[in-house]
Amino acid sequence: MEFLRPATWDEALAAKAEYPTALPISGGTDVMVEMNFDVHRPSAILDLNRIPELRQWEIDGDVVKLGASVPYSRIIDELSEQLPGLAKAAHTVGSPQIRNRGSVGGNLGGASPAGDAHPALLAAGRDVFVEAVSVRGTRLIPIDEFYVGVKRNSLAADELIRTVHIPVADGPQQFSKIGTRNAMVIAVCAFGFALHPKNHTVGTGIGSAAPTPRRAVEAEEYLQGALEERGLWESGGLLGAEVTQRFGELVKAAASPIDDVRGTADYRRHTLAVMARRTLTWCWNDYSKQIRSAA
Amino acid sequence: MSTRTIQGQKNLQNINQASKDGIGGSPLRPDGTLKVKGEFAYSSDMWHEDMLWGMALRSPHPRANILSVDISEALKLPGVYAVLTHQDIPGSKFYGLEIQDQPALAIDKVRYHGEAIALVAADHPETARRAVKKIKVEYEVLTPIVTEEQCLDPETHGYVHEPHEFKSHGYGNICHEQKLVSGLGVTDEVRALADVVISGDYEVGMQDQAFLGPESGLAVPAEDGGIDLYIATQWLHVDRQQMAPVLGLPEEKVRLTLAGVGGAFGGREDISMQIHACLLAQHTGKPVKIVYARDESFYGHVHRHPAKMHYEHGVTRDGKLVFADCRIVLDGGAYASASPAVVGNAASLGHGPYVIPNVKMHAIALYSNNPSCGAMRGFGAVQAAFGYESQMDKLAEALGMDPVEFRQLNAMAEGDHMPTGQQIDSPAPVAELLQRVKDMPLPPPLDLDNLDIRAVPGALSNTSHGEGIVRGVGYSVGIKNVGFSEGFDDYSTARVRLEVIGGEPVAMVHTAMAEVGQGGVTVHAQIARTELGVEQVTIHPANTEVGSAGSTSASRQTYMTGGAVKLAAEAVKQALITKGRRRYGWTQNDIDLVAGKVVSESAGVLVSMVDLLGDEAIDLTREHHHRPTVPFDKETGQGFGHVQYTFCANRAVVDVDVELGLVKVVELTAVQDVGKALNPLSVVGQIQGGCTQALGLAVMEEIIVKDGKVRNASFTDYLIPTILDTPPIPVEILELPDPNAPYGLRGVGEAPTVSATPSIVAAIRQATGIALTRIPVRPEHLTGTL
Repeated sequence: MEFLRPATWDEALAAKAEYPTALPISGGTDVMVEMNFDVHRPSAILDLNRIPELRQWEIDGDVVKLGASVPYSRIIDELSEQLPGLAKAAHTVGSPQIRNRGSVGGNLGGASPAGDAHPALLAAGRDVFVEAVSVRGTRLIPIDEFYVGVKRNSLAADELIRTVHIPVADGPQQFSKIGTRNAMVIAVCAFGFALHPKNHTVGTGIGSAAPTPRRAVEAEEYLQGALEERGLWESGGLLGAEVTQRFGELVKAAASPIDDVRGTADYRRHTLAVMARRTLTWCWNDYSKQIRSAA
Repeated sequence: MSTRTIQGQKNLQNINQASKDGIGGSPLRPDGTLKVKGEFAYSSDMWHEDMLWGMALRSPHPRANILSVDISEALKLPGVYAVLTHQDIPGSKFYGLEIQDQPALAIDKVRYHGEAIALVAADHPETARRAVKKIKVEYEVLTPIVTEEQCLDPETHGYVHEPHEFKSHGYGNICHEQKLVSGLGVTDEVRALADVVISGDYEVGMQDQAFLGPESGLAVPAEDGGIDLYIATQWLHVDRQQMAPVLGLPEEKVRLTLAGVGGAFGGREDISMQIHACLLAQHTGKPVKIVYARDESFYGHVHRHPAKMHYEHGVTRDGKLVFADCRIVLDGGAYASASPAVVGNAASLGHGPYVIPNVKMHAIALYSNNPSCGAMRGFGAVQAAFGYESQMDKLAEALGMDPVEFRQLNAMAEGDHMPTGQQIDSPAPVAELLQRVKDMPLPPPLDLDNLDIRAVPGALSNTSHGEGIVRGVGYSVGIKNVGFSEGFDDYSTARVRLEVIGGEPVAMVHTAMAEVGQGGVTVHAQIARTELGVEQVTIHPANTEVGSAGSTSASRQTYMTGGAVKLAAEAVKQALITKGRRRYGWTQNDIDLVAGKVVSESAGVLVSMVDLLGDEAIDLTREHHHRPTVPFDKETGQGFGHVQYTFCANRAVVDVDVELGLVKVVELTAVQDVGKALNPLSVVGQIQGGCTQALGLAVMEEIIVKDGKVRNASFTDYLIPTILDTPPIPVEILELPDPNAPYGLRGVGEAPTVSATPSIVAAIRQATGIALTRIPVRPEHLTGTL
C-alpha cells in the first residue's frame, strides 16, 4: 500500500491524478474503521492532513465556503449561526473524539446514505455545491447531483473535494436523527429541514432511508404552495395541522427504505413523517416569532 | 468498621488505629488510576522479542461439511511460520467447560458461524491475515438448525451433534434438561384452587458481554517443553485443565499468569485463543501472540442464552399465589459451554423470590447452529426474571392491586423454602427491599419550560422538544445464587506471607484470582490489613503457582477467595501469636494484631510485630470451601443446590417518546442486601454497573442472528449504553449478615443485572400501555412498525 503525504494542495491534486485509486484520508474516522474491519484494501492512501486550507472556512457574500476537513466540533463552535442545520447535524455525529476528527468532506467522500451531514446539506438550499478539483480544473457539483448510488458519488477518479459552498441561513433550520440509543449512534434515519424566506422556498433532506441521501421534492413543493397560497410567509400565521400532516406524509412517501439490522423500513417511514412534522413546526414557530417581533 | 481502644495498663498509648483501609473502608483500587489514564497494561499490549502473530480462519457458514482444507498457498507466503489444522493437534482434540464437546479446530464439519478451522502464525499480523485468506476450504453448505421447532425435530432437520458423537447428558438436540415439581405440582385440581389464572409468553434476545478488551494472550514456549501463557481470563486453573490434554502436556508444564483483563462478565469463562496460541507456540518454538479484532471477538466468545418462556400463574382473589407452571427454552448454540449450569439456574430460580405452594418447571438448553451461549452476568436467572416479573405485573393488574404490594404479599423471607425444597437459612428481605425502593423519592417531572435536550429521549439527536413524551414507573425484584451450585466444590486457595520489609511488617497475598475489574485485588488487601493489623499489603501477580481460586463469576470471588485470604491471614496471625507465646510466655487469651503490634485487650501492647518476626517470614496457604451442595434431582428438581441467595429490588423511571418509540431511562434505583459491604464504594459500583448492563438488555443490546449468521459483530451495531443512556442510579445497601459466609457477606455483582431489566420494561409498559413480551424492547415494538 502506497502512503502519499502531499504538502500542498497542488501536490495533492497531482498525486490524485497519478494514483486515481488512492483513497483520501483526513480525520480517518471512517476510512480507518473500514480498514480495521478489512472492508477496504485501498492500493494507496492520500493523506490530506498537511494541507491547511482544507481546515479553513470563509464567508464569501452569502455563502459559507467550508473546507473539506473542517472538523464537526468546529462547525458546532464556529458556524452554528450561519449553518444551524449543519451544526445540529454535527452535534449528532459520533462521540466528542469523532467530532474532533471527522469532517463534511469525509461524509461526502464516503457518500454513505447514513452520513449525518447529507440531510442538512440537501435542506440548506438549491445553491449548495461541492467544489471538486483536479489537475484538469474545478467543478461545482450541485449537492442534488452529488449522490449517485449506495456509497457512490459523482466525483471523478482524479478529483478531490476542496470546499462545500453552503448559503448562509436566511431562516430557521432543523435536523433530527433517529437512533436506538441517546448518543453515538448511526442514523436509523434522519431528516433535515430549512425555511428559506428570501426566495420563499423550503429545503428537505432525508438520510438513511433510500440508497442515497435525497430531498423530498413533492413535500417541498406542496409546502411552498401552501405557504404561498395562504400568505403565510408574510403573516407568519399558524400552519394548521392539515399542512404539517400532509407535509409529513409526503416526506414519508419520498423515502424508499429497507429493513436492516438497524431498523425496519416501516419504522423509518413512520419516524420520517413524525420528524418532518416536528421539524417543520419548530422552524415555523421560530419564523412566526421573527415575523411578529419585526411587525 | 469497628474502631477500638486498647484498655491495657502497661502501654497506655491509644491504639485505635484499626486501618481505615481494612474491611468496611473504601480504599482506591490499585489499578484504577492507571486504567483511567490509559496506562494500564492490558493483555493486548503484551510484546515479546521475536514473537509471532497468530490468527484463525473462521467459518462463514453456520452449518457445513468440510470437504477439504488446502493450506499450501498460505504456507508459501513469506513470513508465515505455521499453518495448522486439527490434524496437527498433539493431544485430545476436544475441550469444554463442563462437557468436552468442542473441537479445538473444526473436524470435518462446522457447527456455527465463526467456528475456527485453521491457524496461522506469521511475523506480522497483516501477513497472518493474508495467509488466512489463502487457505482454501471446500464446504458442503447445509441448512442450519436454528429454530426451536427445528432443534426439537432432529429426524427431519438433523442433528447438531450426531447421536454417535453426542457427549452431553441430554438427547436429540437437547444439551441439558432440568425438571422441577414442588407441592402438588400443577394439575387441574391445583388450577381449580386459583381464582385468577394468567399466562404469558416471553422472549429474550441474545445479549453479549461486550467487554472492551478483546480476547488476547501471549504463549511462550519454555525450555522444559512446557509453555507459559500470559492471558486475560476468568479462571486460570480451569483454562489449564482444558488446555493441557489438547497440548499433550501434563498440567504442571502448562503455566498460566493473568494478564491485564479488560472486562469479562462471563465471556472469558470459556477458552478462546488460549489453546490456539499455545498450539502455534509449540509448533514454531517461538512466542505467539493472538489479539482478536472486534468482529472476531463477537464470534470468539459465548453469549447470553436467548430464551423463549411460557409462564402460567394462578392466584387467589386476595392476591396469594397458588401455583406457577413454567417452560424455559434456552438456545445454547453449537457447543455446551456452561449450558447445563445455566439450565440448573433457570429451573431453580425461575419462579423468583416468591412463596408459591405448587410449582412445575421444565427448562432445557438446545443444541443449534446458532452462536454458542454460556456464562454471562446473571447466568440463567436473568431471562427467567423477565418472565416472572412480567407475570407479577399482569397478575397485580388483573387483581387491581398495587404491583409492589402484590409482590410483598408473596415475597419469600428467611425460613421459607425454595421450589427446590431448600430452606432459605439467612436473611431474605424481599418485602423490605421492595418497600425501601418504593419509598425512595421520585425524580422531578420533565421541565418542559426549561428543557435540557440531553434529558429527553433522543437527546442531542434533536427528535423531541417535549412532544410525545410520557413518563412511566416500574418495579421489580430478583433472586440470584452465589457461587457454583449443584454439588460443585469451587474452592479457593490463598497464600499469605508476613515479613518485615524496610522496618515495617508487610503482608503479601498470593492467589490465582482473576482480577477482571471487580476489585478483588483491593478487597484482598483490605482483608489482610484487618486480619493482620498491618498497613502495607502487596498483591502477588495471579498465576498457577498457587492453587485454584475458582472462577471470577457467580458473584463468588469475595466470598470464596476473599474467604481463603481471611483463612490464610488468620493462620498467619495464629502462627505469629504462637511464636510470641513460645518466646515470651504470654498467657492471655485476648491477643490480637493491631497497627503493627501484638496487643492484649487486658495487658496492652505486648511487642511490635517487627520485633517478633525478626528475619523470619510466616508464609501459609489455605483453601476455602463453601458448604457442600447437591445436584438437583433430574425429575423433581429437589435438592440443597445453592450456596447462598442474593436479592435486589429496582425502580425504574422512564420517559418514552411514544410517537417515535424512543426511550430515556430517567432514573434506576436499586436496593440490595449485601450482608456486609467489605468495600462500600466498590459495592455501589458493582450495583450500578449491574443495573447498567440490565438497562442495555432492556432497551438496546442484542446480537442479531439470522439463519445462524451474526449480523452485527461490531460496536457500530451492537449498541451498549453510553453515559447519556445511563441515568442516575441511587443505591441503598442493606447489611444483614449471612451466618454461613465470611464476614457475613453476600455476593453482589449479579443480583442487579437480574432484577433491573424487568423494572425498565414495566416502566415502558406503564408509559405506553403496550404489552411488551420481548427484550430488548425496540422502537418498532413501541410504534407498531415491526
